[in-house]
Formats: sequence, structure tokens, C-alpha cells
Amino acid sequence: MILLKGNASCQGCPHSIAFKVLEYLENPIVLMPAGCSTVIAGLHPNSSLTIPCVHVPFPSTPAVSYGLSAGLKRRGIKANVVAWMGDGSVDISYSLLSGSALRNDDIIVIVVDNEAYMNTGVQSSGTTFWKARTTTSPKGKKEERRNVALQMALHKVPYVATASVGYMRDFIKKVKKAGEIEGFRYIHVHCPCPPGWGFESSKTIEMARMAVQSKAWILWEYDGYKGKFKISKISKRAKINALKEYLLSQARLKHLSDEDIEEIERKIEEEWKLLEHLEKL
Amino acid sequence: MKKLLTGNHAVAEAVKIAKPGIIAAYPITPQTSIVEKLAEMVENGELDAEFVRVESEYTALSVILGAITAGARGFTATSSQGLLYMYEICWWVAGSRLPMVMAIATRSLGAPWNIHGDHQDIMVLRDAGWIIGMVESAQEAFDLTLQGFKISEEVHLPFALGLDGFQLTHTAEVVEIRDYKVPKRKPLPYVVEPISDFALNAVTFGIPKLIARHEQAKDLEKAKEIIKRVDKEFPVSYGGLVEEYKLEDAEYIVVMSGGWCGDAKDAIDILRNKGIQIGMLRLRFIRPFPTKEIGRLDGKILVVDRSNSDYRGVLGLEVSTVRHDIKNVVTGFGGMELDTEDFVKIFTKFVNNEIKDVEWWYDSA
Amino acid sequence: MPLEIRIDYLISKQKVGAAGRTGLWRTSKPIVDKEACKICNVCTLYCPENVIEVDDEVTIDYEYCKGCGICSSVCISNAIKMVEEVV
Repeated sequence: MILLKGNASCQGCPHSIAFKVLEYLENPIVLMPAGCSTVIAGLHPNSSLTIPCVHVPFPSTPAVSYGLSAGLKRRGIKANVVAWMGDGSVDISYSLLSGSALRNDDIIVIVVDNEAYMNTGVQSSGTTFWKARTTTSPKGKKEERRNVALQMALHKVPYVATASVGYMRDFIKKVKKAGEIEGFRYIHVHCPCPPGWGFESSKTIEMARMAVQSKAWILWEYDGYKGKFKISKISKRAKINALKEYLLSQARLKHLSDEDIEEIERKIEEEWKLLEHLEKL
Repeated sequence: MKKLLTGNHAVAEAVKIAKPGIIAAYPITPQTSIVEKLAEMVENGELDAEFVRVESEYTALSVILGAITAGARGFTATSSQGLLYMYEICWWVAGSRLPMVMAIATRSLGAPWNIHGDHQDIMVLRDAGWIIGMVESAQEAFDLTLQGFKISEEVHLPFALGLDGFQLTHTAEVVEIRDYKVPKRKPLPYVVEPISDFALNAVTFGIPKLIARHEQAKDLEKAKEIIKRVDKEFPVSYGGLVEEYKLEDAEYIVVMSGGWCGDAKDAIDILRNKGIQIGMLRLRFIRPFPTKEIGRLDGKILVVDRSNSDYRGVLGLEVSTVRHDIKNVVTGFGGMELDTEDFVKIFTKFVNNEIKDVEWWYDSA
Repeated sequence: MPLEIRIDYLISKQKVGAAGRTGLWRTSKPIVDKEACKICNVCTLYCPENVIEVDDEVTIDYEYCKGCGICSSVCISNAIKMVEEVV
């Protein structure tokens, strides 16, 4: 058990569920930038994590993770150093993330993506869903959405995958795989947030599964050694006509018109086609 | 063994002897040749360390932060804009009570943009809890880099070494490569490994923050004795926190820091030959601040600054917490070099009581 | 001779209930129908709080269960019902 009972997470928090995967890594050390996970991990003098946790300055996570990994190696100590980042952390440390991937730093980056700067009160982030309402996009997000996992794969690193808290066994398998490879490994996890997105706390897993089953979140893996993309079977069975139900059951998206939903369907189809093409290479 | 080395290469030679495990630095004029020399040393096997090619200064110090948290010895170097880019991490390293050495090729801060020497950049570290040393020569840069690792690991605070941009970094002098062993790392107060059972630097409210800064400040004061001891035990002693030059019977005292003190000392010699009892207190350390040494001064004081806060020079501000009756000259910004003649002019005016309380000096060679 | 320094303000120790008795957050409580339960462990896998223990039967630590209702939502046998709690 990685996360101790009686921690500060909201009811139904997907990050709390995501923490379980760290149990499947040998000698884990987690590096924690600012975000919901910071608070869940515990405020001084208490820690809610049963593994060593180093809190780091917000934009610095990939670099400090690598420094820790390299420093331990110099001392002959083996560890799986995990940079536990939110989508907010990704935005602010994007150049460090890219630099780390370029150097093939020996770290595992797990991005727990709840699609907004949740910890500071639900502000729009790079991965916030198209047209979603947040406190800094009260009428709906206008910008494009950042596909970080794909961008990491284009750095040609050993392992990149997307995952979802709705499919824990798949997520755990991916983390186990990552734990046995060396170099820069990146897993981007979809984390539906009950208070941030506006749905009941009991529906976190239902939401996560609806996202995958409507192609709003696509599960795929990239094997850097073979240079191969693979879309998961779960996602290949997904039906985009399930999208409307997924979108309209969240307060942040229930304002969408039919035209909005059609536009989003087009964007998702584009992303899907791109991944299909990459799979064929 | 004696070698002809620039200030930058002198620092690199000292770092080689200190054997850090991780070096991560981003190039910035006028620090670049430190980084290049170290990369060369690592690649040709002279130095067994990991050299990390980073994409920014922020990354450089972040990598070192991780490495020293894991218990490795770390080194970086930067200057001016780069120092400000990594500034957040500087506070984090000091607050985490971690040891390391950072060489700073002191350079002007924009705007307006400038790549040449003054002391404005290193002064931003004053409140962060770093030990700040300023050297006068390439030899002292070599010596103090070596001492820096030892001092830093005894006080558990990071050590910044300032050497004047271009004036020291790019000027070659004869440097004695000492046969000196930087001691093996002693057990640290804490280190993070897979078997650690704690969280480090979690969000901390209230009184523990007061404790943290208080302990840091107390230990920075204790660093004074450690600096003096390390200086005395070294093959050559520079005097500890300060260097006293012709101060014994001085009626007029110039307080300065950094590379230009060499030329200023020549000016002092010239005035001494004319019978003026003038001397210099060279501040080798800005932090911890040599309060006692300044308090002991008996005579009229002129502080010559190469950086300013507002209307007042930085050292002028600091010294005036001990002596209120000082004169302050602010000059030498952005590579504006003063030679011995310029200092003779300034000091003569000082002796003749013609210097304003704070005077911004424009006259230079 | 390195200085002896205080570092207690940097180090946080592991503690159950770091955020207090989170069981007090509940407005409804998960009740397990032990007859219907197939000991499949899916609830344990998805419980965010790690308050569900399964050996030969399912036990929930109500001291810390926040009553989110995820266990009830993922149970494949419909063996968990959320019952409104009046405190």
C-alpha cells in the first residue's frame, strides 16, 4: 500500500487510485512538484506515502529526478526514480521535460492528468479538454489541446504509454513494463476529477471508462527500441458515438451545443487517424 | 606545480581536485570556459564525474539539487541572467541545508543588456542563505574553490564563489596547483535513498518555517569560525573573512571586494609613498558578513561598490549597519574598468574630504 | 568537524490519518452484502483510500472511509450499497 488511509484527497480522487501503481516498482522514490498530489502526500510533519518522497520546486521535477537518479547511481544505489507530475506541472516544466527526454534521462515520468490546474482551483491547462469551462476559461476553453505523450514519443525515448485510472490492470501492466526498462519512460494517465469536472465522486471510474470507450482518451503504447506504436485493443473497440453521453455528464462540458460536439468529434477523429498512421509505420 | 591559467581554468583545475560526482552547467559569457574545461576533463578521463548537458541554468541547478539530495558531491557555474534564471532553486538548495559549490563569473544584470563585469548578480544571493566569497586573483579562485567544498560540507550550506567577469575569468595569471586533498564526504544530516522512510520538504506551515530560517542564519554565523579555521589550515592563509592591507596605522580605510582590489592596492601603495596613512579592508566574504572586522576599524571609511541597491551601493548599505559615518562610491558597472590611476583619483578625493556621502563615479580610463 | 544541525523542519514522518479522521467526511456509507460478494477484489483495486481489506471476506475501515461510493460503482456483483448516514 503506497497511500495511507486518512489522507487529504477529495472523495473519489483519481490520483489516490493512481498511486497504487508505485507498489509494482522496485526501490521507488517519488519526486513531487506542486499539485493535488502534493497535498495528498501530506503536509509537514506528516507524510501519507509509504515510499520516500522528495518535494521539489514546481517547474523542476524532471531535472531534479534525473539528478537524484544520477547521484544515487554514483553511489552504487539502485532506484526507480519517479517524477509524479500533474498536467499543470507539465505546462510549467515543458522545456525541462523535453530536455530530459532528449538526454534519455533514466527516470519514469508519470503524469496524472486531471485536465486543469486543479489544486489552485480549476484553471485551464495545456491538456484541458476542448471547450471545457474552467475558472480562467469561464465560457469554455478556446485553445488547442496538447498531446504530451505523443510529443514525448517523438523524442524517440525507450517507452511511452497512455493509461487511465478506469483501467487499472492495464495501467499496472504498463508501469511494471516501465520498471524493467532503463532510460526515459513516460506514462500519461487520464484522471477524471469529480469536483473539477463536476460529477459525483462515485462516478470517477465510470467517467474514466466512458472517456476511453468514446475515444475521448486513447490508450496506446510506444516501444522506443522497435520504434513501434500500438493502439490498445480496448481503444480499438471504442465508439465515438458514445462521446455525447461522456461530454454532457460533466458540469464543465454540459453547455456544449451539437455543433460543438461535432467539432470535437472531428478533432478526435484527426487524432485517431494520426495514431493509426503511426501504428502502420 | 605552477601553471599559467585564466581565472576560469583555475576554478576548473580546483574542481578536478575536489572530485564532484555530478557537474551540470549551462554556458553563459563569461563563465563558459569553466564548463568547457570540465567537459574536456571528463571526456578525456582526467575527471571521473558525470557531466550533464542541460538546456538551461534552471535545469543545471535542479539536476545538482537532485544529485546532492542523493548524497553526491555537486558543482555548477553561472553568471548574471543565468543566476537569476536558477534563483528559485538557489533558495531551495540553501533552505534544504545541502552543500555544493557554485562559481559565479560576476557580470552585470540587464536591462540594459550587458555581458561584462560588475558585482550586481552575485549580490542577489545575500538573503538566500548562501555563503558568498569574492576573490581577487586566479590563485585565490583556485584556493577558495577547494576550500568551498570543505566549508560547505561542514556548515551544510551552499557556497558561491564570485570571480570578476573578464577581469579575472579571462585574464591569465600564474597559479600554483596545490597538493591538497578535499576531504572525503562526511555523513550528511540526511540523504534520500530507496530505504528512506520520510518525505522531504513537504508543505510546512508556521513555526517550523521560523525555525528553519533561524537555524540557517545561526549556522551561517557559525560559518565564520569554520572559514577562519579552513583558511589557517590551508597551505596559504588569506586572512579569513577579510584581508587587511596596510591597515595597522591607517587613518583612511577603503572597504572593497573582488578583482579590482588588486589595482586599488597599487593606488594605496602610491598614496602611502606620499605619506598618506591609507589602507584597505578587502571583504573576502559578503556572507557571512564580517561585522566584527568592520566594527574594529578605527579611521575614516570609504566603501567602493560595484553594485547598487537603490541610490546606495550594496556594500555601502551593508557596512553602514556597523558604521554610520561612511562615504560610498558607486562605479565600475557593465565592464567599466577602473585602473590604478582612477583609484588614486578616488582615494585622493576621499582623503581630501571631497567625496559626497554617496557618489556615483563616472571618471574612468 | 561538521556542524550538528537541526533538520526536523525538513523531514515529515509517515502517519495514518494525516488529514484527520476522514470517516467524518461521509454522508453515505458502503455496506457489503457478504452473500453476494464474490471476493473478486475489484473494490480493493479501485478504492482510492485503501480502506477495503479482503481476505476470506470484505472489511471496510469506516474510521477513514470517505464514502465516495466508487466501490459500490465498480462492484461487478452489485454487492455494495451506499446507505445514507445520519450522524
